[in-house]
Amino acid sequence: MLEVTVRHRLGDFALDANFASDGGLTALFGRSGSGKTSLINAIAGLIRPDHARIVVGDEVLTDTDRQIFVPRHRRRTAYVFQEGRLFPHLTVRQNLLYGRWFTRPLQRHGDFTQVVDMLGIGHLLRRRPALLSGGEKQRVAIGRALLASPRLLLMDEPLASLDEDRKAEILPYIERLRDETRLPIVYVSHSIAEVARLASTLVILSEGRIAAVGPAAEVMTRLDLSPLTGRPETGAIIETRIVDHDVAFGLTRLRAAAGELRVPCLELPSGSKVRVRVRARDVMIAVREPAGLSALNVLPGVITEIGPSDGPIAELRLDCSGDALIARLTRQSIATLKLSNGKKVYAVIKSVAFDSRAVGRGSDMAKSADVEAVVAEDLFSGATRRDHQSADPAPAAD
Amino acid sequence: MNALAAFSPEEITAIRLSLRVAFWAMTASLPVGILVALLLARGRFWGKSLLNGVVHLPLIMPPVVTGYILLLLFGRRGPLGQLLDEYFGIVFAFRWTGAALACAIMGFPLMVRSIRLSLDAVDRGLENAAGTLGANRLWVFLTITLPLIVPGILAGMILSFARSFGEFGATITFVSNIPGETQTLPSAIYTFTQTPGGDLGALRLTLVSIAISMTALLVSELLAREATRRVVGL
Repeated sequence: MLEVTVRHRLGDFALDANFASDGGLTALFGRSGSGKTSLINAIAGLIRPDHARIVVGDEVLTDTDRQIFVPRHRRRTAYVFQEGRLFPHLTVRQNLLYGRWFTRPLQRHGDFTQVVDMLGIGHLLRRRPALLSGGEKQRVAIGRALLASPRLLLMDEPLASLDEDRKAEILPYIERLRDETRLPIVYVSHSIAEVARLASTLVILSEGRIAAVGPAAEVMTRLDLSPLTGRPETGAIIETRIVDHDVAFGLTRLRAAAGELRVPCLELPSGSKVRVRVRARDVMIAVREPAGLSALNVLPGVITEIGPSDGPIAELRLDCSGDALIARLTRQSIATLKLSNGKKVYAVIKSVAFDSRAVGRGSDMAKSADVEAVVAEDLFSGATRRDHQSADPAPAAD
Repeated sequence: MNALAAFSPEEITAIRLSLRVAFWAMTASLPVGILVALLLARGRFWGKSLLNGVVHLPLIMPPVVTGYILLLLFGRRGPLGQLLDEYFGIVFAFRWTGAALACAIMGFPLMVRSIRLSLDAVDRGLENAAGTLGANRLWVFLTITLPLIVPGILAGMILSFARSFGEFGATITFVSNIPGETQTLPSAIYTFTQTPGGDLGALRLTLVSIAISMTALLVSELLAREATRRVVGL
């Protein structure tokens, strides 16, 4: 689907990267200066690498060996830039329709009204970009890219210049893009929280080289990569489905392969897919099934790996009936509890650990209750509001 | 006061000629000015500094020198003048078109500078964004770059017009001072000052000159403000 090989030298910096992805949202993750933007610019044709082969679908966009370099305006790789880059002299509507002038009718996809509705920008159409808020600008930029009928959507840190509230406003739209369109997306980010919520495939870049490529859930739980992903944010991704809502306590029950999780109430119907990030620092380990504990989530599992460490803290990976979890413990605890590979343990996670930043979603719009003060902002941007109290308590699976 | 408003036919001719010369000097040099500004702002080629120098030369050389060079090149016996006369029937020497040419050359550096400055201020990122949306280079220029540099173009046009309107040295050297053909407003003032009893005529034309220059400035200010407002989108 997407095949990228780039070798390029820029002064002292050498980019030498090679990855492939089969659709969905491919996140390029790495610190600033790791070469993410150069890589995405090479895909867009904004830079001409010394050596490269870039294939999208069945079309070769760049192949230096065969002297192929499709110019940027014929690539149909629409680009959402960090700063939006809306055309200041055009209205929002003219901005949105800009790419449409240059697409052949046969290649057009994406209906204007539909895109405008999905992004919630219908009321902005007659304004000029200078009068939009940061979040609105970015939504218009996304719409403009979509309406250019691209075969690949490139996004370079589209949220980096926004504050937390504005990020929360945009994230659901990107999730909808990932889930509701078949458009492959390449998404550059240095925020592991964003990547955890959005990525289907994760590519980790470090100093111009690829450190890891693979399905997001797999790459995220590789202990050897945690120095690159940033230790405080290390964690696992678990795909779950909503079982039901406990209105009395304001909790939502989720079913994962690992077992059942209770999280602060999500305003999504039962049966919705929910992606949950469990940070390693939020996971405790017990060797016996714990009792008399305030934490609501206890998942049985088996230790599969204990990461190397020379400091006071180490990470270990558990397999909980197919879902991987990472826990961060002191080396002292590991010694005291005699933790080792293959040992059966219980992972304990407080429900309050699942704050807004840790819970993402599948294809339906959502709005959570303000059960925990921290929950509310992230998922929802005032699109379709659903009252969780009206959601049927679904029959509890077991 | 009445004496100040009583223009003689010669004076009217000089004013109208000056306006015509300045207008054509400005209009004819505009496309070339945009092109040269683009080359200087965006181009990467051998001899760029040389081009830059040649364009700016009229700004620092004595106007008489510029006029004399024009006379050498475009005079009836000059290599370019002969060529143009023979093949296109265009004659510059001692015609009002020659005055326009001299004025265009003198105003050219000002026009190019103004357009180039506004080109430098255009965010290349916007042009790249337009490219990824499917616009080729010509379309990017027409739909993004050009609208964004309109304030600079307007300012450049006004500067060129004003410079042309006041041009004296190069014009008088190149096409002389022929009433009705090449006697522009500054030349007419000069003639009046050299003629006994011409003081009043000189004063009248001076006032006209001040009025036209002021108007040009005010109009340019207004246009630039409006254009900036549109470009920034406020």
